[in-house]
Amino acid sequence: MQQRSVNPVVAAIGWLVMAFLMAPIVIVIGAAVSDTTYLAFPPQGFSLRWFGNVLQQRSFMASFQTSMQVAISATSIALAIGLFAAYGLARFGKTIPAWFGSVFLLPLFVPEIVFGFSLLKTVIVSLELPVTTALIVGHTIICLPYMVRVISASLSSFDFSIEEAAVSLGMHPIKVFLTIVLPNIRSGVIAAVVLAFITSLNDVAVSLFLTGPGVSTLPIEVFTYVEQFFDPSVAAVSVLLMGVTIIVMALVERTLGLGKAVK
Amino acid sequence: MGADTITRTNRVTALAPWLLVLPATMAVFALLAVPVGSTLAESFSNPLGVFENYRRFFASDYNRMVVLRSFWIAFATTAIALAAGFFAAYLIAGSGPRTKRILILLSVFPLLTGVVVRSFGWMVILGRNGILNNALIELGLINAPLSLLFNQGAVLVGMVYLFLPLMILSLVGVLETIDQDLYSAAESLGSSPFGVFRQVTFPLALPGMVVGSILVFTGSLATFVTPRLLGGERQMTLATLLHEKAIISFDWEAANTIATIMIVLTALSLVALGMLAKRLSPKGRA
Repeated sequence: MQQRSVNPVVAAIGWLVMAFLMAPIVIVIGAAVSDTTYLAFPPQGFSLRWFGNVLQQRSFMASFQTSMQVAISATSIALAIGLFAAYGLARFGKTIPAWFGSVFLLPLFVPEIVFGFSLLKTVIVSLELPVTTALIVGHTIICLPYMVRVISASLSSFDFSIEEAAVSLGMHPIKVFLTIVLPNIRSGVIAAVVLAFITSLNDVAVSLFLTGPGVSTLPIEVFTYVEQFFDPSVAAVSVLLMGVTIIVMALVERTLGLGKAVK
Repeated sequence: MGADTITRTNRVTALAPWLLVLPATMAVFALLAVPVGSTLAESFSNPLGVFENYRRFFASDYNRMVVLRSFWIAFATTAIALAAGFFAAYLIAGSGPRTKRILILLSVFPLLTGVVVRSFGWMVILGRNGILNNALIELGLINAPLSLLFNQGAVLVGMVYLFLPLMILSLVGVLETIDQDLYSAAESLGSSPFGVFRQVTFPLALPGMVVGSILVFTGSLATFVTPRLLGGERQMTLATLLHEKAIISFDWEAANTIATIMIVLTALSLVALGMLAKRLSPKGRA
């Protein structure tokens, strides 16, 4: 596309807005490595002791474990049911009306805090599910819209006549799905998984109502910690959380790239 | 193959589409529709009258203030994000491919970072022993730290920060699709830069503005963490009040009522923004 010169004043304000976006992140990273007992920026000295402090705190480590367990389980369940749903919607558009797809987007329109509170009353109080199970249930629902939407988008460009050809040549439909459909929508599936995983990993508003004594997720733990204490260890946890996000993204890029290389 | 098997296969084939969407539909129904539906229903089930809970809720000045404040914060956040987002989106859409990629990555990264981390960043900046106060003291501009947190300004800054990336990405999406020749045509016909914006950019960017505004408005109406951490007790919004009633004062009747108000407000703002978009759009489409 032909490039257009942006009005310099507009561009300058644009850069300021971008700086506003980056400032808190840079400051948190700086404060995390500062060799001080208070939150300082620019960092004074360089020290990783606050990271060490975090890794030694049992509450942070235990809640990190819960977070990972919940994120992995919720993403897997949402993937299983979401993949089927997206495939059904795309493949049988004649049978299933188009509006039906929006059923799976409903979780996006209910304020998370309302959903969390409602789940607390049904799942925890009435059904008395254990905390971890309740968390997985809640997170599965908030992950589902991303699965269905992103996978549907990548299925919309898939040519189903390839699938029909394979079936009519005698291949079993399940084998067709696994060996022909799935590889073709792989990048969509991976993008959906990453989005869902990160959504679960960062969730506060739903988890807030479901976590109980002794079982907590990392964002909830950090949230309650921040309300009481104000020291660089939270900055260190924040940096570690950003790190997880980056690692997940990079890992996906890597596996996707490696998968292509093997092929 | 016997006739029986054929009918059975046909029946399975006819059911297959529905079997595929069944698990996800059941999950949404049982785990979202039923729980949230019962919250809605319970809010109207006061024995003294269907709207008794609402009468009680709105009888309090404090509660009415909270509703107005939530609305105002959502409105102001959307307006500020729209204005600031336009400048950033303009810059991104007009940049070369390399710069564009980096700027988009920089806008996406905060989105993937948790709300707690992003609000904490502002606590570090605005806190009593925060960076801004320390800097001002060091510069000799003030003697004692200012209280910059737990006021509406802090909540607004945090909210704008939270939702700006969504707005930028929605706007970049539409700005990129505008044909560059349109700008040159408008300019060569003597349009001023502002005229070009009003007559070319604005109408064509409208769909992105509407999508961005819907995301930001409904999002900020529902956000809990930012008003809680940056606004505290003094800047209660519907979301923080719901949490307070449900978990701290254990008043589930009030919590049901607030939850229902939040859902109704979200739905109303979706409808209103949709209608606004239709009216603003020159050809009646959007």
